[in-house]
Amino acid sequence: MTRISVKVDGTTYEDEVEPRLLLVHYLRDRLGLTGTPVGCDTSNCGTCTVDLDGVSVKSCSVLAVQTDGCAVTTVQGLAQGGELTALQRAFHERHALQCGYCTPGMLMAARDLLKENPRPTAGEVRHALEGNLCRCTGYQNIVRAVLAAASDEEVPA
Amino acid sequence: MTDGAVEAEVGRSRLRKEDARLLTGQTTWTDNIQAAGMLHLAILRSPMAHARLERVDVSRALERPGVVAAFGGSDLAEGMGSLPCAWPVTEDIVLPDHPPVAVDEVRHAGDPVAVVVARDRYAAADALEAVEVAYEPLPPVLDLEAALADDAPLVHAAKGTNRCYDWPMRAGEDFAAVRERADVTLKRRYHQQRLIPNAMEPRAVVVIPLAASGEYTVYSATQIPHILRVMLAVVTGVPEHKLRVVAPDVGGGFGSKLQVYGEEAIALAVARRLGRPVKWTESRSEGYLATHHGRGMIQDIEIAADRDGRLRGLKVDLLADMGAYLMLVTPGVPILGAFMYPAIYKMDSYEFNCTGVFTTRTPTDAYRGAGRPEATYAIERIMDELAAELGLDPVELRRRNWIRHEEFPYTSIAGLTYDSGNYEAATDKALALFGYDELRAEQRKRNERGDTVRLGIGVSTYTEMCGLAPSRVLRDLRYSAGGWEAASIRMLPTGKVEVVTGTSPHGQGHVTSWSQIAADVLGVPFEDVEVVHGDTRAAPQGMDTYGSRSLVVGGSAVHHAARKVVDKARKVAAHLLEASEQDLEFTGGVFSVKGSPEARKTIQEVAFETFTSHDLPDGTEPTINAEHLLDPENFSYPHGTHLCAVEVDTETGRTRIRSYVCVDDVGRVVNPMIVEGQVHGGLAQGIAQALYEEAVYDDDGNLLSGTMADYPVPSALDLPDFVTDRTETPAESNPLGVKGVGEAGTIASTPAVVGAIVDALRPLGVTDVTMPCTPERVWRAIHGEEGQA
Repeated sequence: MTRISVKVDGTTYEDEVEPRLLLVHYLRDRLGLTGTPVGCDTSNCGTCTVDLDGVSVKSCSVLAVQTDGCAVTTVQGLAQGGELTALQRAFHERHALQCGYCTPGMLMAARDLLKENPRPTAGEVRHALEGNLCRCTGYQNIVRAVLAAASDEEVPA
Repeated sequence: MTDGAVEAEVGRSRLRKEDARLLTGQTTWTDNIQAAGMLHLAILRSPMAHARLERVDVSRALERPGVVAAFGGSDLAEGMGSLPCAWPVTEDIVLPDHPPVAVDEVRHAGDPVAVVVARDRYAAADALEAVEVAYEPLPPVLDLEAALADDAPLVHAAKGTNRCYDWPMRAGEDFAAVRERADVTLKRRYHQQRLIPNAMEPRAVVVIPLAASGEYTVYSATQIPHILRVMLAVVTGVPEHKLRVVAPDVGGGFGSKLQVYGEEAIALAVARRLGRPVKWTESRSEGYLATHHGRGMIQDIEIAADRDGRLRGLKVDLLADMGAYLMLVTPGVPILGAFMYPAIYKMDSYEFNCTGVFTTRTPTDAYRGAGRPEATYAIERIMDELAAELGLDPVELRRRNWIRHEEFPYTSIAGLTYDSGNYEAATDKALALFGYDELRAEQRKRNERGDTVRLGIGVSTYTEMCGLAPSRVLRDLRYSAGGWEAASIRMLPTGKVEVVTGTSPHGQGHVTSWSQIAADVLGVPFEDVEVVHGDTRAAPQGMDTYGSRSLVVGGSAVHHAARKVVDKARKVAAHLLEASEQDLEFTGGVFSVKGSPEARKTIQEVAFETFTSHDLPDGTEPTINAEHLLDPENFSYPHGTHLCAVEVDTETGRTRIRSYVCVDDVGRVVNPMIVEGQVHGGLAQGIAQALYEEAVYDDDGNLLSGTMADYPVPSALDLPDFVTDRTETPAESNPLGVKGVGEAGTIASTPAVVGAIVDALRPLGVTDVTMPCTPERVWRAIHGEEGQA
């Protein structure tokens, strides 16, 4: 067991964890932060994408012990005080989700893109989301939503 | 809301009520559910396609830390029935036993062998390694034709054959005679590769027992909580009234969760034995072996026509891969297709036979479209071949054969009565949006120039049968249940409305669409309606969600139930307004007396007055709530025209979709935004079959495409933008005029894409490319290694 201290969505947690524990299982099973789902076991699907110290990562490919001293933002930390972010609103308004299982990862990956490239082209959006799979939407409305959020006046949170 | 200023809800792109929690991570996926003392199940699966189980020993697993129990197949067999097949399509079908955990033989890679129960998921997975199993290998059965030979090794030795069933259909004139007379006959063989459905949420099940009273709550990532409840009662012996089944948030299905899975029965049995909550969650790679596959057919199709292109007859022979066992509707999937091969075309003769074949592979069952995409693929592909043979434009050939709009209702040669349709309108609109003539002109030029990148155009004029299904038809097809749907409406004292539906959405937006339907009939605000679903305690009756049935059958049931509420409310309102019912008008949720508009009661006020019941007419039951169970009178028949332009690089074999246009006629549309989304997603899956996906097995029966890293679910980079549009020809068989949209895109798109590739390469002598049309396959076809006439 290893002791870690990690800040998740603004709250600091200190825990003893097995060195092999995946970050996504730490979030889901230990912290009860089940907003971040698991969709595969080969890091292909991207549903578990979170922000780790400002970088987008697949939380199935990070060990909980690696996050000691880090700050993690999950989909549950996006909306502040019940106010959706521009990206979340755009996903809603452009019907960019159906079953919604890929949505947390899509939001986190798109957020990462817009931080790097606030005015992407449709092609750049498709490239940036290549590691996040969706089986419901055919991606067209996801691309539309990200472009809409990018053209929004306010900077996405 | 005031009289005369009512905006109809049906037809509006209402933003979805479902989204808020999905966008913020406040979801209840089955794997999210925790319970005090909950144990985790892990399942050891056969690494071999076919073997006798000599020994299964779980004793060392029981010594591992955190392990609470472990079971082999024989340990769980007592009191456990066979997993059900609800669609034995013929009287003499071969119906093998299907134990949830194998007892003496494993029949596909992934067949469960042992179950370990531990304190957490890591401990359970670790302990699987300590289970000792001795396998005596048996020969795999993989080739559909070889499996039918007299001396073939058998999947189920006790049954004496790998032939599961033969299902024939003959309609119209004798095909042999028609073929004899025809000017042109063509015969083709098409391969429907196996596909893995890949709902983004892996399957999961949680069972929470209440040991003292023998009650169980089963949470499952399922499309069919109601059917599952009945079937789990039958399989496990837990009385049905002691079972509550909940489908919480479910992350996609596409048919893969239209199933009664062994793991659901195992989890219930283990929770019952141990008296503790249990959870099982599949890993993606495990799911590739354990969750049913789709497609898997060899199609021999023969067509006979006059020289002017008029179809005379069609003959179809299918070999359909059942896999190792018959699951819920495994045998019925190709039979749904049987009715769709004649598609939108008129002909004099139709002959069909399907032979179901057992193999040592994961069972097949419904995957988006279920039988209808396969049928559409084969007929549309051979129509293109016929057009090429006759030197006709493929759209013109279709025009010469399709049912004209003034001919509806039209009974197809397969015996379906198409109630409505307008193929001319949808096709004309699609051709214009696509720029068909311009693209054909460009294609001619590029072919003349001998471009290395060829342009190809694919056409698919499809129809499908949706709205499953009239119960009497299901009886005739030997399906074990009915096809009705249930809805009830509860008018709450504060004016809010609960719509209780038997459909079980998992991404389709029923909460939003059903709210629109109810709001229109009741004249209440959209926001005042909540939709309750997916819990057999809260929504006790239903037939669940599959086969593009939910809106057609379930949505129509909501409409009827709401009409009944208005009828009941009218009686109460008449009493309160001291008027006769005949003198009442009902508009925008308001009852008013004709000629004296100031005398009025809203239906929400009537709901409150019914709640207090202080002043109801004598003998009136104090409720305006209502329920409606609807058995559909017919299927519904969406149709449309899909056009695809591809550019194929003849040097690399790479295909790029340049444009994709579809005009679908799904009848009246409740929510255009949701309909467009359904079409997009359907297209993605149909294109994925054409270009990318295949469950590949090696000669020993190992699944080579066994992880998401090996099975190319398309990403955003692999799919184009789509141009979608609609025509609206209302269905005649339901009050909403709706037809269903969940499967249309998948059914239509596969032949449009492959047809476009073949069209691009036809000048090079290519007449077929086997799906998926990977660059290698396309390149080989160009270089004469496959697919040339």
